[in-house]
Amino acid sequence: RGRACGGLVAVVSPCTSKLVTSIQLFLFFCLSDVSCNSVAQKIYVELNNTVPCVRLLNATHQIGCQSSISGDTGVIHVLESEADLEWPLSKGPNPPYMVLLESSLFTKSIMMKMKNASSRVAGVVVVQKTSPPEFSPHTTCPNENTGVYTETYDHNLAHCNTTVWNPRGNGLSYEEFDSPVFSLKEDNETEVIKQCYFDHNRVVNGSGLQYPLCAMQLFSHMHAVTDTATCMRRSSMDFSTSPVMVCDPLGGYNVCAFIRPYNSTAFGHKENESVVILDSRAFFLEDSTGAEGSVSGFVTLLAAAQALREATQEAPPTRNILFAFFHGEVFDYIGSSRMVYDMKNNMFVIDLDNVHSILEIGQVAVRSGTNLFLHSDPVSRRNNTVHDEVTNLVKNLQSSTAGLNFSLVETDFSQPLPPSSFQRLLRARAIPGIVLADHQTDINNRYYESFYDNAAHLNLTYPSNLSPEEQLEFVTDTAKSLTEVATAVARALFKQAGGNNSQVNKINADPKTVTQMLYGFLVRSNNSWFQAVMAPELKDILQPNPPQYYVGVAKSSHQANALTYLVQYLLANLTGTATNLTQSQCKKPDELPNESTYLYSYLWVQGVVPPNSTQRESFCVRTAVRLVKAVSPAFDLGDYISKEYSTWTKSQWKFIKARIFLVASRDLEMLTLGVGVAVLFTSLLVTYFVRTKADVLFSSVREPNNAAY
Amino acid sequence: MTAAVFFGCAFIAFGPAFSLFIFTIAKDPLRVIILIAGAFFWLVSLLLSSLVWFIATKATNAQDLTLQKNLLIFGSIFSVILQEVFRFAYYRLLRKANEGLAAISEEDGPPLSVREMAYVAGLGFGIMSGAFSMINTLSDSLGPGTVGMFGDSQYYFITSALMTLALTMLHTFWGVVFFEGCERKRWWVIAVVLCVHLMVFSLSLLNPFYVASILPVYAIMLLMAVWAFFSSGGSLHNITLLWTCRKSNAETSS
Repeated sequence: RGRACGGLVAVVSPCTSKLVTSIQLFLFFCLSDVSCNSVAQKIYVELNNTVPCVRLLNATHQIGCQSSISGDTGVIHVLESEADLEWPLSKGPNPPYMVLLESSLFTKSIMMKMKNASSRVAGVVVVQKTSPPEFSPHTTCPNENTGVYTETYDHNLAHCNTTVWNPRGNGLSYEEFDSPVFSLKEDNETEVIKQCYFDHNRVVNGSGLQYPLCAMQLFSHMHAVTDTATCMRRSSMDFSTSPVMVCDPLGGYNVCAFIRPYNSTAFGHKENESVVILDSRAFFLEDSTGAEGSVSGFVTLLAAAQALREATQEAPPTRNILFAFFHGEVFDYIGSSRMVYDMKNNMFVIDLDNVHSILEIGQVAVRSGTNLFLHSDPVSRRNNTVHDEVTNLVKNLQSSTAGLNFSLVETDFSQPLPPSSFQRLLRARAIPGIVLADHQTDINNRYYESFYDNAAHLNLTYPSNLSPEEQLEFVTDTAKSLTEVATAVARALFKQAGGNNSQVNKINADPKTVTQMLYGFLVRSNNSWFQAVMAPELKDILQPNPPQYYVGVAKSSHQANALTYLVQYLLANLTGTATNLTQSQCKKPDELPNESTYLYSYLWVQGVVPPNSTQRESFCVRTAVRLVKAVSPAFDLGDYISKEYSTWTKSQWKFIKARIFLVASRDLEMLTLGVGVAVLFTSLLVTYFVRTKADVLFSSVREPNNAAY
Repeated sequence: MTAAVFFGCAFIAFGPAFSLFIFTIAKDPLRVIILIAGAFFWLVSLLLSSLVWFIATKATNAQDLTLQKNLLIFGSIFSVILQEVFRFAYYRLLRKANEGLAAISEEDGPPLSVREMAYVAGLGFGIMSGAFSMINTLSDSLGPGTVGMFGDSQYYFITSALMTLALTMLHTFWGVVFFEGCERKRWWVIAVVLCVHLMVFSLSLLNPFYVASILPVYAIMLLMAVWAFFSSGGSLHNITLLWTCRKSNAETSS
């Protein structure tokens, strides 16, 4: 009998190869993870690098995507063309389907067809690949209800009657979908999905689909519904000590800096003060780098601020200059409406009477010629004083391009302003101002508010043999053209603020700064320059890819998003002064005689690493840059159906994840259930039968005391 | 793999054990106690053997997959041996307890015969062993996916349930045979039971080649069933008696 055991052991070895691989896979997944749940790891592959489409709400609508609370499962189908849509929509035998499409097929017509067939389409996954020739998911007339061109202001100019600013817009971002929509980059995980599809889901000619099929499950359940008023009401009804908010208002921080700072606690009108505002938009949507849409504008502004620094310190101009970076402008002008509201209600250091004129830098990087265009508002120019001021500003701007490789041209007089923060200021007061842009009529940006508006769109190309640090220093053509724009803007602003004309030609923007900023914002934020200007506690926001651009929610704690901090610290570096304060003095500078936290803010930054050492030379920067909270006034006023202010909120959710696995056929499941029920009933019957007949069956017992079974 | 598979596999794996429990054990509290104590003994044996395996894996290189696989096999063999040792220990404990129970019971003699205790102890071992094999897999069968992404067979759940069923019944039969052998001082029975247990373990190593593992295991289970039947007092004569009894009942009633 011992030999019988030994003989069978020899049978084990020939079949080991198959079991070795499965044991190896099992052991690999089992032992490489602390929580070893090996069966689940045999079944599911979790997808980690996904970007979901979330739900946003405003006063009247909900937009975005929603999954059911226990996730949506569908058989994967890789869409090859628009005609292939027949399979998931009508022909396929195993609905519901999870449609995987490449970004070139991510068009409005395909998405609307899938939206209408929501019983057969469980969800959509978009893989980002090559850019299509044009794609803009925003509306054709951005922010048409919250700008200055309303029916009462001028009937003919409202709702983009004269100029449609974004003709390529398909409005996809503002649609509502009942199924989850996720976006993936082209990387290893996407390869796994496609491999799974090709192994299991492809229909071979003639034969039908064989189970098991490859399926995907997406979880993105959103808590808020209907509109902002409903979700704010539901959030406020929670009377517990730590109420659960169902949605959060969108917002962030505006970054502001005066050339001559004011006492930051003294709000309201300042006598005899006149300010020229230079601002740019931050129109951001999720996962969109907004290279042309936003980065071009605020990089030019930062370069102009740096160019103005020396001249304004040597010979300060008569008027003060305010550099303003407004946040969240895409969502009905959150940042600029907040600033106007603060100015009107004496919650800002100046008020609207103090504002002399405004220059806004719009989208300036994609030129179709050598001209840039100056847009102005025709309605306010009907007033003669405003008209004269605007003409003066135009003259200052046009004379500032002397010696540069471009010229500034005024647009047609009857054309309204493009979507810009200046419109919100005009809505409050007829202030003279100009919007600088690279387009004469509709915008040149073919990828407005989409994730294709990136470094490639601006032709930011670097020679391939450069290391990342060398790429940082390399001056691209885009950087050169933006530098010239910044020079012109800085000179014009200096003249507009009443500066000495003889100093004007010394004002020049630095192309090296511009190219470093373009690299950091569009290619790689974790570079040596950004690290040098950031604070030590914030260095983790620098990643080896472009920074996060989304307008997040306005948290109650003082946490801004990565972009706000970058702009703040860059502006501090470019316009502030380095001091000799130590780190502890930098935290409490009021104790020193010449420093004042009313006028300045003091930031401790990392500094550069000198060539022969490893320690950074950190120092304290004294700067007039401030962060101003940018949340829509509608939430302060409690008016959630406001038509005046932005009412955008973002829904909350519990978790968002995606995973793929194989699904078995219904037949196999039913077979398993059938066999189980049969086994249960058979065993019940047999046991009952044996028990009743036990005395007959087990009768030959020689023990004296035999209790019955 | 959804609720259908969950219930199907649960019924397959635990159906017979459940019906045995309901019809033969549940009414008698003493049997319930012996069942649960038997389950506990099996659990302790698993704990000790898994400690040995755990120490062995932590002390060696986790990246060497062949070594880890061999350690797993060694750990399992050690576990099989330890389970039989604990079965023997439980037998000794029950014999001692039987004398005590006989002293305090109202009837003349022990309330349970050794055969009944053997059966209940074996079933206790079997239920606990089945629970440990199957519960984790069952909980994962509730989700929407099935096994197969990494090349495993899609019949994983059903075959796991079938193996669990076989193992539960095998433990029951081994309990009966083992205790009977110890009673009669036939020590070769213990060696045979140990060998058969090791054989079943090595057959399970052939998974996912299910034809080569499940069919032989069920054949062994049938053989053990026959052996247990004969060693617990059954005989062919009783079966023919049963058959004629039914026939005569049918004749008299018709």
